[in-house]
Amino acid sequence: MRRREFVIIPIGALGGSLLRSLAEPLDRLVRLDAASDTARVPLRFFTAAEARVVTAACERIFPRDSNGPGAADVGVVVYIDRQLAGPYGRDKNRYTKPPFGISSPEHGYQGADNPRAVYRNGIRQLGALDALPVDEQIAALKAVEKTPFFALLRAHTLEGVFCDPVHGGNANLAGWKLVGFPGPLMDYRAHVDAHFGEAWRPAPKSLEQVTGHRFAPWEDERGE
Amino acid sequence: MASEPTRLKPVDVAIVGGGWTGLTMARELTTRTPLSVLVLERGSMPTATKYAYGMDEIDYSVRFRMMQNTADETITHRHSSRDVAQPVRQYGSFLPGTGVGGAGEHWAGLAWRFYPDVFTMRSALVEKHGRNGLSPDLAVQDWGITYDDLEPHYWRAEQMMGVGGKAGNLRGTIVAGGNPFEGPRQHEYPLPPLKKSQFAALVHEGAENIGLHPHPSPSALLSEAYKNPDGVARPGCMYCGFCERFGCMIGAKAQPTNTLLPVLQRRRSFQLRTGTWVRRITHKDGRITGVEYADERGRAFFQPATTVVLATFTLNNVRLLHLSKIGAAYDPASAKGALGKNLTHQVHGRTPVFFDKPLNLFIGNGALATRVSDYDGGRVPPGNDGVYRLGALAGLTRGDRPATYFGASIPRDETTSTWGTEWKAAGLKWYDRAAAITFTGEHLSWRQHYMDLDPTYTDKFGDPLLRFTLDWTEHEHRQREIADGIARQIARAIGARLDDTKPSRAPYSVVNYLSTHIQGGAIMGSSPENSVVNRYLQHWELPDLFVVGASTFPQNPSHNPTLTAVALTTWAADAMIDRYFKAPGHLL
Repeated sequence: MRRREFVIIPIGALGGSLLRSLAEPLDRLVRLDAASDTARVPLRFFTAAEARVVTAACERIFPRDSNGPGAADVGVVVYIDRQLAGPYGRDKNRYTKPPFGISSPEHGYQGADNPRAVYRNGIRQLGALDALPVDEQIAALKAVEKTPFFALLRAHTLEGVFCDPVHGGNANLAGWKLVGFPGPLMDYRAHVDAHFGEAWRPAPKSLEQVTGHRFAPWEDERGE
Repeated sequence: MASEPTRLKPVDVAIVGGGWTGLTMARELTTRTPLSVLVLERGSMPTATKYAYGMDEIDYSVRFRMMQNTADETITHRHSSRDVAQPVRQYGSFLPGTGVGGAGEHWAGLAWRFYPDVFTMRSALVEKHGRNGLSPDLAVQDWGITYDDLEPHYWRAEQMMGVGGKAGNLRGTIVAGGNPFEGPRQHEYPLPPLKKSQFAALVHEGAENIGLHPHPSPSALLSEAYKNPDGVARPGCMYCGFCERFGCMIGAKAQPTNTLLPVLQRRRSFQLRTGTWVRRITHKDGRITGVEYADERGRAFFQPATTVVLATFTLNNVRLLHLSKIGAAYDPASAKGALGKNLTHQVHGRTPVFFDKPLNLFIGNGALATRVSDYDGGRVPPGNDGVYRLGALAGLTRGDRPATYFGASIPRDETTSTWGTEWKAAGLKWYDRAAAITFTGEHLSWRQHYMDLDPTYTDKFGDPLLRFTLDWTEHEHRQREIADGIARQIARAIGARLDDTKPSRAPYSVVNYLSTHIQGGAIMGSSPENSVVNRYLQHWELPDLFVVGASTFPQNPSHNPTLTAVALTTWAADAMIDRYFKAPGHLL
């Protein structure tokens, strides 16, 4: 087994829900450093260097700006790391028998590589992206914009910004607050035909907050 | 099969598939006959608690946790018989469900009846256009039954599910507020329609402003608490926005597991065996002998049965008939053979519309829609020669979830980038102010579209996958363009902003979701030459085999197929109970 690797992220991006959703043995491995306002979150799939590249790339896709937080602020890299470590990353639900044809808009991705391999190769192609200035990061991503790797990266960035925090992203529900999505509040009977023309924005809650029940997201399921 | 299968205790009726049609058939047979009925379901039993904790966009809507696992089995697709098919490696354009309840657990709950002329479409088109006025490639057929045959069965299904809506035609009298174009109903809906969301109300207003006749969509998501004739009680919908692709957290959505299963579990003659993957239907000398299946550990079993009801999703119904070598496979060159022909999906279009004010689009459910049916069915606006049938427009609010919908609809003149600062700003600006008027069109059957077995790709047991040969024709492109024009008139009538998005003319793609309405392959009809099953859904060659579900539809109507699939099942069950079981043999 390889040495445990960590990603350093801002403490603000952790949130209560991220800490709570970390598997028990790993909880102890999260190190909070009050002096630098950062935390070390153990990685399940990425190396620390890979996590830095992915963090930089996701931040360019969904950047922090005057409108609000970006991908790095809400812990998108933690979301992606867990997806890749889980059944999805290993193609447990994709048809992977050969022969492998050519990918196309009509038939989608037809490659043999699973999402883990797509990421490993894609990250290698990007090199030390995190060390580049922002405009060069954008140029480097534009160069791979048409690849299956970038398609995954873009989709996963959005998923990580807007997922239920049990998956590791959307820390402090910051993604949901950004767009006014309240999460799975359940009962809108009094509201479905009201509030016409106005933004009705109830305070968001995660699924665990709504149900009072801890649940295992798919990526945490063992033996699948 | 590798080893000799273990022979099991015989049953009277084996039903393959535990979704809407399989459990409906089981309910009828166990309620009205003493026969032993076994349902074989290859998935597992869902639990209500799992649904309650399943309001998670990522697992259920993005990763398809409720859907069949394409790693085990999928289909292949090619655009024409000259092409080599590629496997659908992950689901996209349609989403077959898995487990007890099947796709009936995650459906949207739109519970339509089909128009009367849908069942006699060939005759209706010949009457309107003349035999020479129809394309020689057009494969549409009459069903062999009429709307009037099915009307009492529609009513049974509506009561079982607790469908809410507004009748537009009560015993021939047109009623304001309902769909004036529907076939005559003998009864008003069991429940009133759902409440109307803001976007549905806007589309309603726009359609009325241009002289059309909008009406609410019928919903199997209960508009209020309801107890059905079987005594099964369910609560009203809360409009939570986690509906299609999810099981209902409170049971407001009519699902096989919350309507039929509670009844079946009280029946001693009923058995449900999950984890059973049926690989062959077996027969000898023109009579059914049973089915062969593998369990979750791959062990082979032979289940003897006197009668088999094939009640899986369209794909597997057709595949099992092919794998079991039952019936002549369709040959598109000669148009001979019936098994696999008349494959249709759904013609879908969307016209993006943009508003000044927010719409609170996170509120909704799968059936919360205003529907505009003025041009549905054969009511094609004049000046569109060569377009035989059109479809309906709708303003639907399912509940927008942000990982899927963020940035999905931005006016094209504002930005065309798909990532970065400018895109993020535009995405935020339009997030809750962009919607779409959707088009659900009839997908006519064409001679060149069919299902057979793939020569290369196999499932987890090594059985060949089902192969689609399917593409859009000029007819479907024109349907979308005509509908887009009407949608724009509706949008302008309510002051919505439009952009220059054009209806797609791209080839058929397995990637982007259209609908889980796959029809045909084992169609019903008037003769063994043109169909696989007769008007009672009995196989023309094997009288002890019945095939139920949308695989029997000769073409796709604009309306969602579930209610008709269930109504046809009780129609077939009546014939089985009243006649077939009394004297097993051909009903015709």
